[in-house]
Amino acid sequence: MSDQPKISELPIIDAYTHSNDILAKVQQQSADRRMEDYLIVDVDSHIGDAEAWPEVLKFIENDATREAAAFFGGGTGRGAFINNQPGLQMQHVGGRIPHGAALQEKIDDKSVPRVVTLARRAMDSMGLSYQVFFPSALLFLGMHPVREMEVELALAYNRWIVEHVLPHEPRMKAMLYLPFNTPEAAEAMVKRFIGAKGVCGFLVTSTRYAPVHANEYMRVYSMLEEAGMPIGFHAHHNWNNEYTKQLNRFLSMHAISFVLSNLVHMTNWVINGLPERFPKLKVMWIESGLAWVPFLMQRLDHEYLMRVSEAPLLKRLPSEYMQEMFYTVQPMEATNMKLLEGTFEAIKADTQLLYASDWPHWDFDVPSRIYDLPFLNEQSKRNILGGNAAKVFNLEIPERYKSKY
Amino acid sequence: MGEVLVASQAALAEEGRKVVSVDGVEIGIFLVGTEIVAWLNHCPHQGGPVCQGRLMKAVEERLDDDKKSLGIHYKEGSLNIVCPWHGFEFDVRTGKYAGASSLKLKSVPVSIRDGGVYVRV
Repeated sequence: MSDQPKISELPIIDAYTHSNDILAKVQQQSADRRMEDYLIVDVDSHIGDAEAWPEVLKFIENDATREAAAFFGGGTGRGAFINNQPGLQMQHVGGRIPHGAALQEKIDDKSVPRVVTLARRAMDSMGLSYQVFFPSALLFLGMHPVREMEVELALAYNRWIVEHVLPHEPRMKAMLYLPFNTPEAAEAMVKRFIGAKGVCGFLVTSTRYAPVHANEYMRVYSMLEEAGMPIGFHAHHNWNNEYTKQLNRFLSMHAISFVLSNLVHMTNWVINGLPERFPKLKVMWIESGLAWVPFLMQRLDHEYLMRVSEAPLLKRLPSEYMQEMFYTVQPMEATNMKLLEGTFEAIKADTQLLYASDWPHWDFDVPSRIYDLPFLNEQSKRNILGGNAAKVFNLEIPERYKSKY
Repeated sequence: MGEVLVASQAALAEEGRKVVSVDGVEIGIFLVGTEIVAWLNHCPHQGGPVCQGRLMKAVEERLDDDKKSLGIHYKEGSLNIVCPWHGFEFDVRTGKYAGASSLKLKSVPVSIRDGGVYVRV
């Protein structure tokens, strides 16, 4: 046996680096922490957006739209009809985060869609049992000036996932896009896809000007409540808002607008008594981080107590309803551990918080972030990393984890 | 473990950087001008592979005499190593975080002799 140390050279990471190489240290972190018996579920990831779009277009049911789409992107279909914002292309921080532009690694396996291979690589690197994924491309679709385009693209995307992606990999799950600007189309979407294999919930992209308490949405909420399906509100940036237009840096806009949309939707949701109307509906707030929640809890409680006549459906404080909703952890603000601990307590993180990576976006969180929090006990870590998600989404816990959950 | 030969001086001179794993300890070695520095390949943020990221100049926001902004520009003579996971930037010479934080990369003793690059692990 040789005493010579084992020396190997590590690659420079660029836009073409294999996901397993980019995320090699996540595997090492999990091994160092002996996390092999932790069930980990990633509730929010965004793999393979731009490259997959031409595949999605094939599922557009309106042939006039489908054929027109093929002429976008220099005849590739890339970016067709997406109402995107330039800000989305600034995730790489001026080239500093190479994968922030897109995962451009080479994939030889043509037997499954590229997104499946990319998802498998991320799941293997991060030790995930399940991954809920959602293309970034649709995150701004709720602002599309052509209302019916939201419906057509959402349907194409949902079909692409259900028919083309999910059948290849049982670890991949999806919350399907609701074309929320057309309530009857959202209802039709739920009817069509509820029960489809791998569909674990439905999603409203929060960047839109649609009051969530409008009477037109009550049937959708009722359908989801009855089916036991979660509804998620997924934040995104909006640099076109009259307020956020004043912000001259991506970091400023991103910090504010990812929270702003969910502040508005949550406020309408609570003050209009939707938790009283749909007490069994599982409601999830995605990708706004966590610091906004205790702020809004305190603010709404304070105002409610003085103006109770404006919220007569409420039987409890706004914060009490908010404690019964679900939150995804990323991007976890962790520069003040005392405040973070208070936030976990305020939102009842033990049962209400779900791990999410947001991989491969620029502000992704690795599982060890939760494991390393000094104020969590082992059971809390297990709940947040996977146990809570398994309950909310009715996921089967793999045999090797069962004794711990 | 002691001192370990990890690269030839010629290879480091040609590439400017070597990132190696020595029995699992990951180290980035950088030749900056005539100076050689080595840092643990571990970002103090989330433990990312900082030494495998891009080397880029730092930036500065220039102001005129009236304190009006002249925009953001590269800072001449600077060089940062940028963690490819989340963009945390560190001065590659000092290991200090580029902005308002006391974060710092952990240094590794490194030396050159007889045409070889040695690190102490």
